[in-house]
Amino acid sequence: MKINWSKYSAPLAFYPLAGKMIPWFGTVAALTIAVGLYIGLLVAPTDFQQGEAYRIIFVHVPAAWMSMFLYVVMAGWAAVGLGLNARLSFMMTQAIAPTGAMFTFLALVTGAMWGKPTWGAWWVWDARLTSELILLFQYAGVMLLRTSIDDQRRADRASGVCALVGVVNIPIIYFSVQWWNTLHQGASVSMTAAPKMAAIMLTGMLLMTFGFWMYSLAVILSRVRCVILERESVQFWSKLSSVAEVAEVR
Amino acid sequence: MVYWKSVSEFLAMGGYGLYVWTSFIITALSMVWEILALWRRRVAALAESRGITRSLE
Repeated sequence: MKINWSKYSAPLAFYPLAGKMIPWFGTVAALTIAVGLYIGLLVAPTDFQQGEAYRIIFVHVPAAWMSMFLYVVMAGWAAVGLGLNARLSFMMTQAIAPTGAMFTFLALVTGAMWGKPTWGAWWVWDARLTSELILLFQYAGVMLLRTSIDDQRRADRASGVCALVGVVNIPIIYFSVQWWNTLHQGASVSMTAAPKMAAIMLTGMLLMTFGFWMYSLAVILSRVRCVILERESVQFWSKLSSVAEVAEVR
Repeated sequence: MVYWKSVSEFLAMGGYGLYVWTSFIITALSMVWEILALWRRRVAALAESRGITRSLE
């Protein structure tokens, strides 16, 4: 089957497609998170060094990974938008930013909850924590730049450039625990070495990460539909020829 | 194979209950809040567009 991908780059065509995908991603997210929580909170044994406080890992690491991953995806859409001048790409950038900011906030808050019992401090200015805090400001910058510019095209380009430039912080966050002497622990899971954690713990963490990823897809697609409705309303609805077609798209 | 021997032991989280449960609850509330906020945004956007559709008919 040959799929004409360019067809879906039009917001009008993408809107119903996104609507069909949301329930699937949402269901998979709910199931995966349920199993992940079951393993993480009920089945996994305690950590011999950190005691039960380590269980924060099952929300902290997935949130932190999503905060970085979503930023890269957001910047990628910004690059496509700037390069091809594609409206839908900028809409994706706009739709991803709030969810990315939320996961960054959660990574910081759950990190504080983990830091207090293990380090004795809610916050330290080490490289990992500081660069993650900067990431939160970057998401805020991308969102604020959009709302502060009235002209939609200029707002798209300005926030797109802001998102794209800020991507340099992602490798800084990721490698901060290697480059600097941080209080934050090093990576437990990396692409080059065997995981430094028990298989059952790793399973729970990966399930939670996959669940957060699917959740993000469902939420971002829902938001991009809202953005399409808000931004394209006149052109959008006038292109639909009949009332029945309007009802179907909704 | 549930690791815990009792519900109270599970809730206490080896003395770290406050930190562990706060982390999980804040995460859950944030995600639920995001879904509700999106639902409200969608209702508002649809109400707005309904007005536009009507004006086109």
